[in-house]
Order: sequence, then C-alpha cells, then structure tokens
Amino acid sequence: MEIIELISRILGASVVFATPLIFTALGGVFSERSGVINIGLEGLMIMGAFVAIVSNLAFHSVFGAATPVVSLIVAMIVSAIFALFHAVASITFRADQVVSGVAINFLALGIGLFLTKQWYDKGQTDFIESPIYSSNVPLLNKIPIIGDIFFTGWYWTSYLAIALAFFVWFVIYKTPFGLRLRSVGEHPMAADTNGINVYKMRYIGVMLSGAFGGLGGAVYALTVTHNFSHGTIVGQGFIALAAVIFGKWHPLGALGAAIFFGFAQSLSIVSSDIAFLENVPSVFMLIAPYVLTILALAGFIGRAEAPKSLGEAYAKGSR
Amino acid sequence: MFSSRMFNILVPIISVLLGLISGAIIMLIFGYNPIAGFAALWNGAFGDAYFFGETIRQVTPYILSGLAVAFALRSGLLNIGVEGQVFMGWLASVWVGISFELPMIIHLPFAILAAAVAGAFWGFIPGLLKAKLGVHEVIVTIMMNYIALYLSNSIVRNLLSDGADRTENVAETASLQSSWLAEMTFYSRIHYGFIIAIFMALIMWFIINRTTTGFELRAVGFNQHASRYAGMSVGKNIILAMVISGGFAGLAGAMEGLGTFGFMSIKSGFTNIGFDGIAVALLGANTAIGVILAAFLFGVLKIGALNMPTVAGVPTELVEIIIALIIFFVASSYMIRWVILRFKKEGK
Repeated sequence: MEIIELISRILGASVVFATPLIFTALGGVFSERSGVINIGLEGLMIMGAFVAIVSNLAFHSVFGAATPVVSLIVAMIVSAIFALFHAVASITFRADQVVSGVAINFLALGIGLFLTKQWYDKGQTDFIESPIYSSNVPLLNKIPIIGDIFFTGWYWTSYLAIALAFFVWFVIYKTPFGLRLRSVGEHPMAADTNGINVYKMRYIGVMLSGAFGGLGGAVYALTVTHNFSHGTIVGQGFIALAAVIFGKWHPLGALGAAIFFGFAQSLSIVSSDIAFLENVPSVFMLIAPYVLTILALAGFIGRAEAPKSLGEAYAKGSR
Repeated sequence: MFSSRMFNILVPIISVLLGLISGAIIMLIFGYNPIAGFAALWNGAFGDAYFFGETIRQVTPYILSGLAVAFALRSGLLNIGVEGQVFMGWLASVWVGISFELPMIIHLPFAILAAAVAGAFWGFIPGLLKAKLGVHEVIVTIMMNYIALYLSNSIVRNLLSDGADRTENVAETASLQSSWLAEMTFYSRIHYGFIIAIFMALIMWFIINRTTTGFELRAVGFNQHASRYAGMSVGKNIILAMVISGGFAGLAGAMEGLGTFGFMSIKSGFTNIGFDGIAVALLGANTAIGVILAAFLFGVLKIGALNMPTVAGVPTELVEIIIALIIFFVASSYMIRWVILRFKKEGK
C-alpha cells in the first residue's frame, strides 16, 4: 500500500501545480490558434489572481460559501476585458504581438500592485477567508486504489480543468467556431475570402485567452497562495506558454504538458519522500522542468508546427 | 511628407508623452495631485547629487541590457533571456572577483570579461538550438532564465559561500566602485560602470553600422531567405547575434556584481534588469543612441519613483504602469503614424 500512497502523494501535488497551468495553457491555445502570440499569459494570470483575491475579500460577507465561485467568475470577466489591451494593440493597431504581450505583463503587475497599495496600504493584500478547499469525491473515493489516487484530497477546480481541456478540444476541432478560429490562424486571407471575420475571430481568441488565463491565476491564488503580492504569480504564465508549445498548440497536448510541468515542479517538493531522489541536490529538481522542456523542444518532439500565421498582423486587402 | 526617420524619432517621443499623460490621469482619478507627483519624481531623480548618482547607477545596467535586447532584435531574434544572461554574468564576475588575487589592471578586466563570456554562453545555447534545430528562441530563453536563477542561487549558497545567503565582497582589485564618485554624490552607489556602458553602446553602433558582420546580422533580421540566397550563413549569424547579445547582458550583470553591490546574493525572483531591457530597446528603436536615451528615461522613472510615496503619497508602482503604457504606445506605432498622417492631410 505504500506505493499507492506515494503515487497519490506525487500525483496530488502535481495536480495542484498543474491545474492553473492547464487553464492558462488552454487560454494560450485559443489565442495562438487564432494567430495571436500571447506572451502576456503571465500578466493575465496576475490580473486573474489579483481580481480573485480582491473580490474574495470584498464579497466574502455577501456570498458566504459561494464566494470562491463568484471570485473565479469575476476574475475571468475582468481578465477577458483586460486582454482587450492586447487585442486592440496587436490586432487593430498591428503592434508586434510579442511586444504587446510583454507590455501586458508589465501592466498587470503594475496595476495589481498599485491598487494593492491603494486599497490595502501595504505591499500585499490580506489573506482571504474563503479559499478553495481540497475535498474527497463522495462515493468515488471508496473505490479501492483508484479512489485513493484520483478522488481523495483534490481541489474541485482540478477536475474542472481536465474536463475543460476535453471541452476545448471539442470546440476547436469539432465545431464550426473552432474551424473558423483555426483558419484565421493558418491563413487569414483565405478565411477572409470565405466570409469569416478575421478581426472578430482573433478578438474572440484573445479574450478567451484572457478569461482562461485569469481563471488560471485566480485558481492559483485561491488554492495555493491565499493572498496577492508581487510574488504570487512568478513565471507560471511563461510555463503555461511553454505548455502550449510543448503540447503542439493542441488542447489535449497542452493538458498533458501542463500535468508534466506540474509533476516536475512537485518533484522538488515531494522528492524528500522518495528514497532514490533524496540525495539529489534540490537545484536539479528545481531546474528539471525547464531543462526537460528545452530537451523536449530540441529532441524528441522535434519541430512543433505552429499555426502558420502566428504572429502576423492581418491587414485587410494586403497580399 | 514625413520621412521614416522622422517617424522613428517622433513615435517614441509621442509614446513617452502619452505614457506620462496617462500617469497623470491615473493620479487624478485616485485623488493625487499629478503636478506634485511628477515634481516628486523629478526631485527623486535629479533633486541632489545623491539622487543623481543613484539614477546613473540604475541607468548603467539598463543601457547594457537594452543593448542586448536591441542587438538580437536587429537580427530578428527576441532575446527574452537577457534576465538569465544577466544572472550568469553577475555570477561569473563575482566568482572571479572573490577567488583571485591579481593586480587591478588584470583582475578587473578579467572579471568583466568573465561576465561577458558567461552571458554569451547563456545566449549561445538558445542561438545554437535556433540555428540547428529551429527551436523557437523565445521559449528556450524563458526556460534558460529559470535555470540561471536556480543555478546561480545554488552556486552562491554551496560553492561561493558556506551555505550563506550571499558571497563575500569582491576584492578591491576587481571592484568598479569608486570612493571619489561616491563622495561626490553623498555616498550613492554610482560606479565606473557607466563608462563601460557608454563604450559598449559605441561598440554596438560600430558592429551594426560599420562592419560586414553587422551588415549580415541586419540582413538576416530583415529577410532570412534573401540572406541565404546571397550566400550568407543564416545559422552562423543567428548564433553570433545571440552570443553578442548575451555578452552585453553578461556585462549588465557585471555592473551589479562589481559595481552596485560588490557581491551576489540569493534571489527569490528576477531582478527585472533583463525584462526592463526589452522596454529600453523598444523605446530606443534598437539603435545604440536610442538605447542610451531610453535607458536614461527608465532609470529616471524608476529611481524618481522611489521618492513619490514619501513626498506625494503616490505608490511607486505607478511608474510600472507608465512604463507598460509607453511600451504599448511604441508597439502600436501604427496608430500614432495613422493619426499623424491624418492630421497632416487635414492641415493641407
């Protein structure tokens, strides 16, 4: 039984770290599939984390037990609107998409910390009173082995993330909307000729990435940190971006990559429990996810095929 | 008609103005006096010799990290890994600074060179992967940043000290600090590094504009296919661009290691010198002179902002918002061009 306990411990820790990455990476898939690079995922996560914490603190007395859900929804909406900055700059004003994404990152952190100082008069917010708690799934956790591994002590948001990945896969590959979204990312001119509104599709893609990125940041804040400061989101957005590329711009690939990164990050935490990893210096565990990503990109996954028009602004009537 | 050169100068200036105006509007919304706020910022950067010394101190690494980003961008590469290259340069310079006993004339150049080589090596890896395997440099450099962060923390803790949070100070013979500059500026942390930074800007201008190598690097940045057709080795130029860019970034690290701090400590996160370098390069239109001017502006904003909470009550973070907006406006230069041309037409 010890092995099962170990597996459930590792998997549990992996999933906690992976969940925000899954949400955010799915957002990245939407944006990049529509042809807009989104380096700004980090900033969108920051915005989501900030809004979730603030609304959680503010609405706690109003909504009681439903507060976490309300704060997640508010975070999604605000982040989607915030993503409009990126959309307007990179789609309408044809700004360099990478640059605009970098600006999003600066801006989100600036706004978050500025308002934190403004409203709480210190460098970080108070700790929230209604975070998301981990729980057992009733009935299913009684199943031997599987119940222990998959249905004990997870956050409900983790199941949501995994379910959403399949839902996003369905939307992108099995619906007319998904076909249009992919077509404007591959060949906007052909899409335009066929009567698809390229700008509209790209705006939708970027705003969806805002909503999902915000959700990712919000989930991280409500499950892991429980407050907002400059150190709440440090690089998770970039890891999510790596998951998008690692997963070859495919929702399920991104899901797998995000879980892998979550696993790699959890290694540095749970390695003290595992006999053969005990003597490995922690620095190797810390850099493992990043080294593995580079190796994977360079080696066995080879050249990932990005959407053809990724990063190119579309100007109507140009050739 | 407006020439493109005119636009290249006008767009950054208008962007900065729009950014500052936005900052003023934000201050108004939150009930601050924008004039008091900007006055505090101005005094925080130029108010007396101490503040001015600190401003120059901040400008120094910005020039170098800005050059690093700009140099890579000239070849069509986005080096987001400047941050990690700064770490490696910082680490290497301090390592040399504390482990050798040499006369200054050898020790100091040796430490600075070590920083450049370490940064260049950290840029070489993504360059190689891009050139040989077509791996996107943005992702690799992002990953390299984290590797640099954790690796340097571990080296500081385990190799350069006995489990402490920082190294000892670098030897006098490897230090860029200067007592007379410090005394002149009421003991600010200004150091000789700014001379190196300006010199490097000259080097960048020379390489890009006056050498065959620079011509090839720019050609690759404009059009890889045409460059290949013309007989240039695209791969070689990509690697070279990343190596030189990494070298500049490594020097920015040396400024911190040998100048500002004189040691390296464990970092919980990034220094942002590299990320701010992206902003500097963009605002400076990827030219050497532009980078110096933009680095100066951002240095003034960052150091001046520290004075804003105490004097005008405005949170320091306002400056981060202003900088982000400036980047937005520069990036959206299409809009600014469009507006200028529109006004031009109506004026006729």
